[in-house]
Amino acid sequence: MHSFDLTLDRITKIEGNASLTLKVVDGKVADVKFAILEYKRFFTEAMKGKDVAAMPAHLARICGTCSNAHIICSIEACENALSIVPSPQTMLLRTLTMHGLMIRDHALHLYLFSMPDVFGKDAFLDLDENNPEEHQILHDGFETKSAGNFLATLIAGRSVHATYPVVGGFLHFPDQVGVDEALDKLIKIRPAVLRLINIFKNAPFHFDRKTKYMALAPDNIFGYIKGNIVTSAGEKYEEKDFRSHLEGTVLPYSEAMGYTYEGEGYMVGALARINLSKDKLHPKTKDSATEALNLFPSTDIYYNNLAQAIEILHSVDESIDILSNNKFVHEPVVKSGSDNKSELVGIGVIEAPRGTLYHKIVIGTDGKVLEGEVVVPTGQNQINIERDIGVLVQKLLDESNSASPSSRATLDKDKIVLEIEKLIRAYDPCMSCASHFLKVEWK
Amino acid sequence: MTEVMNDHWQEWKKIFDFRHFRILQSKNKMDEFDIAFIEGAVASQEQENQIKKIREISKKVVAIGACAVVGLPANQRNTFTPEQKESIDFLVTRFGMLPEVKKLSDVIKVDVEVPGCPMTPEVFLEKVNGLIDEFKKQNAFI
Repeated sequence: MHSFDLTLDRITKIEGNASLTLKVVDGKVADVKFAILEYKRFFTEAMKGKDVAAMPAHLARICGTCSNAHIICSIEACENALSIVPSPQTMLLRTLTMHGLMIRDHALHLYLFSMPDVFGKDAFLDLDENNPEEHQILHDGFETKSAGNFLATLIAGRSVHATYPVVGGFLHFPDQVGVDEALDKLIKIRPAVLRLINIFKNAPFHFDRKTKYMALAPDNIFGYIKGNIVTSAGEKYEEKDFRSHLEGTVLPYSEAMGYTYEGEGYMVGALARINLSKDKLHPKTKDSATEALNLFPSTDIYYNNLAQAIEILHSVDESIDILSNNKFVHEPVVKSGSDNKSELVGIGVIEAPRGTLYHKIVIGTDGKVLEGEVVVPTGQNQINIERDIGVLVQKLLDESNSASPSSRATLDKDKIVLEIEKLIRAYDPCMSCASHFLKVEWK
Repeated sequence: MTEVMNDHWQEWKKIFDFRHFRILQSKNKMDEFDIAFIEGAVASQEQENQIKKIREISKKVVAIGACAVVGLPANQRNTFTPEQKESIDFLVTRFGMLPEVKKLSDVIKVDVEVPGCPMTPEVFLEKVNGLIDEFKKQNAFI
């Protein structure tokens, strides 16, 4: 029977720093601790006293890669507090901002973090340029990321820490030359995205278990900004209820807060979105990814990779539609319609690449922020990740114990570490986001 | 940096041996570096020790981004009011953080700085290319 302690100081090919400690006694997993190691930077405490207009840029600094999601969510919270109704063009530009983010961020995760596992390589750059298939994937990866970058830069000013989107609208508008170039790039990467979907549809990794899924779901379209929060059990919550349906859980060894729903872990992210809303994807996406979409709804965590690849295609298809069918004109920023004679509370809820993101802001009568709260996807997935690691390692141990003595020796720590890292990568966690500060009662 | 790579990965693949790059690879070596690129501010004694070790084994150290170069926004707690500091104190203690967050140059000698949040890709490339030229010239005399 196996008995050992395993410590992973730093998990690789993920956003930020996380560690894992695992204790196995007599062939049974006795303890798993998945800890987020990024030091808290107290962003919500630092909101206090700042001007409301500074909030989107301030909260974007929680994380580089997810920064544009924090900007859009913070803007929504501020606008709801200030009774600002954005124009239809602003909503289109925000939709495009989110598409640029989804394309870039999912491509970063799928190609640079997860693809090496598919090809048995240590790093994406280890793929062989002289092998035609690997050569193609190398170029696909960087061109897809680059197209997402270009779209985000055209629409939002930068692909991270965007400068054009502000409370009430946009400060700059795309010109036709830029729109045409974005269209060229998006059309060009579409075949690469189809290849990506095929790779993750056929990837040999599976880990199936039951859990609840939760996502913000618009009524009639597949989108990331507006809608109700829905679960795989059919429950529905309005954005304005903020996180009243979630229970915060302190994990004393982790710098991040964990969350449960009805007392149990749950999952947010691309898998949740595709499970809950696949029927609303862009018609061209549904046509081109029919076989892959037939695999959903799924409780296999590795299909989170496939779900992300499908979302890239949706973002490409919808962006092509929006850019082809709209002329963007200069619009003034919408100002607040509120008299600000009392405290104002605003909630923003959007789907960031890694799942549902909640922002709350309370504004005083002087226009300064009194307090705020942010709930990020990785915090919500943290408890599920930890639980899944325990189940995965137990499965590996049981398989090893039931094998013949000669093959039992093959279950070494390197294999366990690789399998654990692959599983964690499938969740696509972001530690920088998870470890911003939430004010909690520490007992 | 992974975004700047979109346009430069072929060239970098030829000239760089990525010794330690956790976001890209699992097999990492902390033995010796020609250039160490360091992001982020210094929030704990453990990080300070790591940074000093990296300095010892690196010919050049490049500070990347605002947190490494000026400490902000990671060091925003340094300027909190006494009440704010009191409210976070139990976490600062619990996780063994330094009383104040430091920028990189508070801890070690920094050779090159690439400021900004995010850093400007053009400045990054200019500084990196400058270092590569410097190494090439040195190697020419060996």
